[in-house]
Amino acid sequence: MTVFLLRRLMQAALVVLAMSVLVFIGVYAIGDPVEILISPDADQIERERAIQALGLDLPLWQQYLVFLVKAAQGDLGNSFVFNEPALQLILQRMPATLELAVGATFFALLVGLPLGLYAGLRPNSPVSKGIMAGSILGFSLPTFWVGLMLIMVFAVQLGWLPSTGRGETVEVLGMRWSFLTWDGIQHMIMPAFNLSLFKISLVIRLTRAGVRETMLMDYVKFARAKGLSPARVTFVHVFKNILIPVVTVVGLEFGGTIAFSVVTESVFAWPGMGKLIIDSINVLDRPVIVAYLMIIVLMFITINLIVDLTYSVLDPRVRLETRS
Amino acid sequence: MNRWIRAAGLAAATAFAASGTAAAQNLTMAVGAPVTSLDPHYHQLSPNNAVADMIFDKLVNTDAQARLIPGLATEWRAVEPGLWEFKLRPGVRFHNGSEFTAEDVAFTFQRVPNVPNSPSSFAIYTRPIRGVEIVDSHTIRLRTDGPYPLMPMGLSNVRILDRETHQNATTEDFNSGKAAIGTGPWRVVSHRNGDRIEFERNDTYWGERPAFQRVDYRMITNDAARTAALLAGDVEFIDQVPTSDLAKLRRDQRVALSETTGLRIIYIGLDHLRTDASPFITDNDGKPIPRNPLKDLRVRRALSLAIDRQAIVSRVMEGAATPAGQFLPEGIYSHVPSLPAPRPDPEAAKKLLAEAGFPNGFRIQLNSPNDRYINDARIAQAVGQMWTRIGVRTAVEAQPWTTFVGRAGKQEFSAFLIGWGSNPEGSHPLRNLVATYDREKGWGASNRGRYSNPELDRMIEAALKEMDDAKREKLLQDAQRLAMEDVAIIPLHIQTNIWAMRRGLTHTPRADELTRAQDIRPAPAR
Repeated sequence: MTVFLLRRLMQAALVVLAMSVLVFIGVYAIGDPVEILISPDADQIERERAIQALGLDLPLWQQYLVFLVKAAQGDLGNSFVFNEPALQLILQRMPATLELAVGATFFALLVGLPLGLYAGLRPNSPVSKGIMAGSILGFSLPTFWVGLMLIMVFAVQLGWLPSTGRGETVEVLGMRWSFLTWDGIQHMIMPAFNLSLFKISLVIRLTRAGVRETMLMDYVKFARAKGLSPARVTFVHVFKNILIPVVTVVGLEFGGTIAFSVVTESVFAWPGMGKLIIDSINVLDRPVIVAYLMIIVLMFITINLIVDLTYSVLDPRVRLETRS
Repeated sequence: MNRWIRAAGLAAATAFAASGTAAAQNLTMAVGAPVTSLDPHYHQLSPNNAVADMIFDKLVNTDAQARLIPGLATEWRAVEPGLWEFKLRPGVRFHNGSEFTAEDVAFTFQRVPNVPNSPSSFAIYTRPIRGVEIVDSHTIRLRTDGPYPLMPMGLSNVRILDRETHQNATTEDFNSGKAAIGTGPWRVVSHRNGDRIEFERNDTYWGERPAFQRVDYRMITNDAARTAALLAGDVEFIDQVPTSDLAKLRRDQRVALSETTGLRIIYIGLDHLRTDASPFITDNDGKPIPRNPLKDLRVRRALSLAIDRQAIVSRVMEGAATPAGQFLPEGIYSHVPSLPAPRPDPEAAKKLLAEAGFPNGFRIQLNSPNDRYINDARIAQAVGQMWTRIGVRTAVEAQPWTTFVGRAGKQEFSAFLIGWGSNPEGSHPLRNLVATYDREKGWGASNRGRYSNPELDRMIEAALKEMDDAKREKLLQDAQRLAMEDVAIIPLHIQTNIWAMRRGLTHTPRADELTRAQDIRPAPAR
């Protein structure tokens, strides 16, 4: 177990290092942050001062070394735009994104599992066919469009839900959370649903496939032959076994949801990390881009780890030491 | 049980009453560009300046039409060339009660060039100040190297801080709200980076009292979401109304628009640097042309005459712009009278091309950003088609601003579409866009086509030394006329600034694009 964890940690460090090199080269190749940040009025002397102030006058490899030395001391640099520690900026916005991602995952399971189960048990009923057709829409409709349609219908036409923003927040453990107030929840419904659309479809399809496959297994036949009630067969024998792929995918998708909530966050003006990263990319705010990607990489690695651990709980055949 | 019902009833009643008066007391507004800092000297950027205008004051303010008006200075004059005197407004206090005096002005000028890590500082406005003399508590004199007529204009960009309060204040102190203390019409209640700022009226403001008690200043960067928030009633006021929504909003009974001609010109810059082959110009067979056709005035005039600016304004911009033949719109100081936008004349353009030795035209690539100015890539496409019509076969390449601006700054393009927001004074665009690139003078920093004309430089030089406003205006007009006749750039149009609000509000639209809560009031009842 320890060896397993250590190996994972080493892998994580390598990935983070490689990623930071890529970001440095990438941002350098895209353009010059100063050209974007500087006021058009600025004369040549002011431009030179700004380049120096942001440390961009050094050759790229030196800039990278400076970054590494500081990063080793836990300082990922100050944002070019906000002049605040990049890490702090991201952590400030993390709760907003986290609760959105949790909300979306919650929706996905709440809607996806029952529908998938139904479609798996009655594959030929018209309702099941309707569910499967609907899930194709969930996969293929672009998030930004669905988001805008949701706003048009539920905020502009019907006026049921607020269109954008995060609403009231409550401070718990020094972080602002909105799922603790009614106003906050109202603000969360549409963006969380929008973010979950893709995942709902995914869960439906996975569940359905899993159910159809498992129903044909010998142990299910045997359970039936034993005279167990259909409910017990479905919810104990089948359900438990189809959960493994669902947990894997939902877990991995959770990282994806956090990392790629960019579109939903900007459509709904949700002040999370996704909105921060897209704003930062637009002005080539390198410290924030690097810090953000580092956090995302670490998050993916942690999530994978948790998924592996959950595996071993759900499926006793899996032994962590023998894996990888 | 009964008590609960009563309490609920009471809560509902107060909520109802509050929503009734909320319209007059509170304002929720949304802007399209994120405010990055509350430190007024950290980043020279329009969204930051708008918010700084709400919290702080400047010695010299500008009115909606960008004319200089008294701010924290009640009057100013040049005592002699090279020495400006500003009389300061008495009895002004900062939000924390500290009194405003000449010491604060001197302190501000010291702080401006020394804000750590500033990505774009305000030092360009204070650099000409060589010496500061405090005559008395409310009079200050500023010494410059020789005559410097632009001092009041420059200082209309610099927000004044308090020496006692801001002695060691860092940008972070401003962002946390702790040091966001000015003399302006609004106090900061809270600030959440990139999300919203909450303001409260400064009841002891020296100027006109704002109409609202509290303001929720939100940032919604997505255009469609911002419009939707207005239509849904979540916000009562938005800026940067997308042109694609204009027609719909004009018809909507719940919404009113406010608009004015801005100071931002959209133009095409040309490669004046190279006399030999220009990177994106070839002959009709795709072979490089050994000499740069754009160095020939006849070619430049042909390219300008080929463009139907009115068509671009009405079809691409949905009317939200004014065709331009010069840097500044009408009604602004040093606008050149009788220099209208050129009328499209493809025949004359073809003739000019033939005279220049290109009877069959040539090929060119027009580069453009696609996420910076309103409809930028579509404008470039329209221009491309108009150029192709006179035989200059144009390929348009649009790319994100992040990549575009760096390449433009390195003179990589032959022709490029770009914009410029002017200060309301001809020397501003002249000095930055068409004066010869010169690090020592600080000229031509945005002259990305590297146009250079010694005669024009002399005229700008003379204007920048002329202290008499009327004489300077004449000099600036002559210089601008020369630049336009020489087609240093090809002006296309000047953008119209548009705001939208729920009916029941009125707004004074500003030429400088700034979105400030003090410009919004409840509409007079009809």
